[in-house]
Amino acid sequence: MAFPHRPDAPELPDFSMLKRLARDQLIYLLEQLPGKKDLFIEADLMSPLDRIANVSILKQHEVDKLYKVESKPAVSSSEQLCFLVRPRIKNMRYIANLVNADKLAGRTRKYKVIFSPQKFYACEMVLEEEGIYGDVSCDEWAFSLLPLDVDLLSMELPEFFRDYFLEGDQRWINTVAQALHLLSTLYGPFPNCYGIGRCAKMSYELWRKLEDEEDGETKGRRPEIGHIFLLDRGSVDFGPEVTSSDKSLKVLLNAEDKVFNEIRNEHFSNVFGFLSQKARNLQAQYDRRRGMDIKQMKNFVSQELKGLKQEHRLLSLHIGACESIMKKKTKQDFQELIKTEHALLEGFNIRESTSYIEEHIDRQVSPIESLRLMCLLSITENGLIPKDYRSLKTQYLQSYGPEHLLTFSNLRRAGLLTEQAPGDTLTAVESKVSKLVTDKAAGKITDAFSSLAKRSNFRAISKKLNLIPRVDGEYDLKVPRDMAYVFSGAYVPLSCRIIEQVLERRSWQGLDEVVRLLNCSELAFTDMTREDKASSESLRLILVVFLGGCTFSEISALRFLGREKGYRFIFLTTAVTNSARLMEAMSEVKA
Amino acid sequence: MNRTKGDEEEYWNSSKFKAFTFDDEDDELSQLKESKRAVNSLRDFVDDDDDDDLERVSWGGEPVGSISWSIKETAGTSVSNHEGREQLKSRNSFSSYAPLPKPTSTYSLSSFFRGRTRPGSFQSLSDALSDTPAKSYAPELGRPKGEYRDYSNDWSPSDTVRRLRKGKVCSLERFRSLQDKLQLLEEAVSMHDGNVITAVLIFLKRTLSKEILFRELEVRQVALRHLIHFLKEIGDQKLLLDLFRFLDRTEELALSHYREHLNIQDPEKRKEFLKTCIGLPFSAEDSAHIQDHYTLLERQIIIEANDRHLEAAGQTEMFRKHPRKASILNMPLVTTLFYSCFYHYTEAEGTFSSPVNLKKTFKIPDKQYVLTALAARAKLRAWHDVDALFTTKNWLGYTKKRAPIGFHRVVEILHKNSAPVQSSVFYGSENDKSEVPLPTDITGVCQSGGRCGHKVELSHQVQVP
Repeated sequence: MAFPHRPDAPELPDFSMLKRLARDQLIYLLEQLPGKKDLFIEADLMSPLDRIANVSILKQHEVDKLYKVESKPAVSSSEQLCFLVRPRIKNMRYIANLVNADKLAGRTRKYKVIFSPQKFYACEMVLEEEGIYGDVSCDEWAFSLLPLDVDLLSMELPEFFRDYFLEGDQRWINTVAQALHLLSTLYGPFPNCYGIGRCAKMSYELWRKLEDEEDGETKGRRPEIGHIFLLDRGSVDFGPEVTSSDKSLKVLLNAEDKVFNEIRNEHFSNVFGFLSQKARNLQAQYDRRRGMDIKQMKNFVSQELKGLKQEHRLLSLHIGACESIMKKKTKQDFQELIKTEHALLEGFNIRESTSYIEEHIDRQVSPIESLRLMCLLSITENGLIPKDYRSLKTQYLQSYGPEHLLTFSNLRRAGLLTEQAPGDTLTAVESKVSKLVTDKAAGKITDAFSSLAKRSNFRAISKKLNLIPRVDGEYDLKVPRDMAYVFSGAYVPLSCRIIEQVLERRSWQGLDEVVRLLNCSELAFTDMTREDKASSESLRLILVVFLGGCTFSEISALRFLGREKGYRFIFLTTAVTNSARLMEAMSEVKA
Repeated sequence: MNRTKGDEEEYWNSSKFKAFTFDDEDDELSQLKESKRAVNSLRDFVDDDDDDDLERVSWGGEPVGSISWSIKETAGTSVSNHEGREQLKSRNSFSSYAPLPKPTSTYSLSSFFRGRTRPGSFQSLSDALSDTPAKSYAPELGRPKGEYRDYSNDWSPSDTVRRLRKGKVCSLERFRSLQDKLQLLEEAVSMHDGNVITAVLIFLKRTLSKEILFRELEVRQVALRHLIHFLKEIGDQKLLLDLFRFLDRTEELALSHYREHLNIQDPEKRKEFLKTCIGLPFSAEDSAHIQDHYTLLERQIIIEANDRHLEAAGQTEMFRKHPRKASILNMPLVTTLFYSCFYHYTEAEGTFSSPVNLKKTFKIPDKQYVLTALAARAKLRAWHDVDALFTTKNWLGYTKKRAPIGFHRVVEILHKNSAPVQSSVFYGSENDKSEVPLPTDITGVCQSGGRCGHKVELSHQVQVP
């Protein structure tokens, strides 16, 4: 039922080493503060931490109590406090308040701040300003690669997207370069590199610099992974706007869960049938108990029962999950939503779709969903008609609150939701601008122009790359024929198509027009080393780096491509994301 | 999964309406249902107290005994228990987690690296890590001699930037001439590391007058964006506004100023603050939104004070029957309109709290108004008002039904609030604007279902018990 990999598919490297490294490093850092201590953990770090350590490990290293770093003041009686945090200003203020309150009360304790994945100078500046620099010791826990699955590494940095693509802050580029450096130290050099986007290019350059500074480590080693592909979410960002029918769950799911391993890449419509088959099998196996003699029974209990029970439990979990997904899908006029999205992608019935969005807003249905639809409309139509933009914006503010004015301003800056500029002359200006936007000239072009340059050319790209496959007759989701299956056959994620094309050509050759339409003329690069040490197996292993996040749909689509072509993809993303999370990141109003 | 039989039935019955485009969707639903039954029926065989290696997952998604789970427990106890500190202490302590079902059987990790967790093996681990720079920035004593070169003055801009990137202590004080400072900044920008760019900017901000700093950054956009983000993050609003003013980015200036209202909790103060936003150089369109924001909050404060008083007095039937669930302050306009349709529907246009007044003041479109009023009146089961919403008299005196919104929506809302079949609004028109007199009742529609698209949908959804 699950799509098997081709027999010649290469083996994946063992990434569990990364977990071990991170855990050992954390233990080392905890040991730097000997004795009993209370540990304050930032909420965002809790679930990554859970994947590599657990309470008993912390306890073994004399962590007494655990607290969450939050706005409330904490009551800890320990003599030693350790903070495990992301490098954020608000965390520094939280710690400063705590330390200064102690000082005021004449109390002396030891404080240690562990920044993950690295400290920022801005944080140290705050510690200095608050007068506690020197009272607290600082360390870094370079935990930036969390294996979420056998082929999926996450940096768990959802803020990457907003920080870079909205604010233009390059603070995480070094983190990415460090992570790539670590990977190349552990898994050999990467002979072939491709990339597209400004952020991709900068990360690549900084990473190369790191390698040059510490050369010799990977020299002469046989590469395990043949290709590395760096992609900017900002250049290639139409994909995640579409509702995926893929399933994603909050439970810890990965290939270790046998049932999930088989269903995870299936289109949702197939999952029911699969689960029902499983349930029947299970029933049959349990039923075998009847009519067994004692010896057989004993055998059954000792050999099979445990496995069956485990499977049973997994199965009930997944059926429960399916139920809740079904509930959601039926509740929110799902079919109508999908219809609208597909119409937007293909560019027909724009009026009808616009009034669907309008009604969506008027009914105060999910604010994020409404935003997402507007962005989809904007991206596919090269911006909204000014009249529509005004009226949708007004209704949005009336339905969800006037402060969303700020959200609209953010979305416009990020180029996700814009107004159509009148007249065709602009396309000419635009292509001129995109030619002008080289690294050097970028500095001198005003913001107005750069937001213009970000405007999408969705239709042209989609046509050029055949993102919306022509389907004769029914698209049989049970037998997927291309990567579009992740969106019910309606759309191939742009990022995935680009990767496919570049890998086929082993370069950007012949893709000039696409690159130009993506406004990345100077920002698509390849770098091949001429060494032939790479085995044919390693050349079919591809590391894809998503800067700004990737979606499960993209992952599933590429896994499908891998099975078709005998490749295997490894995903490294700054965070696993979806369109709703991207929208939330752009929203100014925090709950 | 602990759903009772009744719930389950209700769910399956209510999910009749189509979610998928697949033809055999009913089939799939029943498959799922069947699988569920099968699995549930197996429950008897599976006792939960055996000791296999399976991870337990709470419904929040965290494995029981995991770190997130423990912290939630800590938080739970510290919130609910402010008094008993001693009790709190003992409840928060790790020892209380000992009797957890399976603290060690989490297959998340220990089983993974079994053998690695033996206390003895850490020695080697720390050894292995000893050459990774364990940075401790505060105490400089006892460092190897070479490290003192950190303070020497001979680092070139590129060396300095490289050291900064590696997180090493590095003094910038020797960069005193403007030229040196700018060279340092350019070096940082060319390295692409935002953290280093910010570090240099912090130094420049401290050692240059803001006019010079702004002037130099205006031609260095990458650095400028970093400074703007940095000022936003540390909350240096004053300097940020000065910067926007200098750059003549008036709209950003206005938005930045406006953003601050989010930090003001007190409604009166917030209102006063919004007043200061009204004259700012927003786009024409946004200016109107800002004005509306101010007016809305102003109205909400009046309505809130009045209604709180009425509710407390206990004389008004409406508030006694339907106590308010939350304050109306800072709610969106549509929510305010709903509230006003709910509690103040019949008020004259002259009062601030009347729906008609809101509609006029904020130029709420008909469509939005009808939709909201309908939802509010249907919630109260004021079917007479619902009818009236769709009734218009033409100049000959005939009454007609019309609605600016699709009748399928109307029916959906009514159905949700279990409107009686007699409610004449169910006399849906297939064409919203057609002004056709509508003589049939709902049962009629149901029976004649299939005549046209809309009605099919009606009959599907309005299966009134």
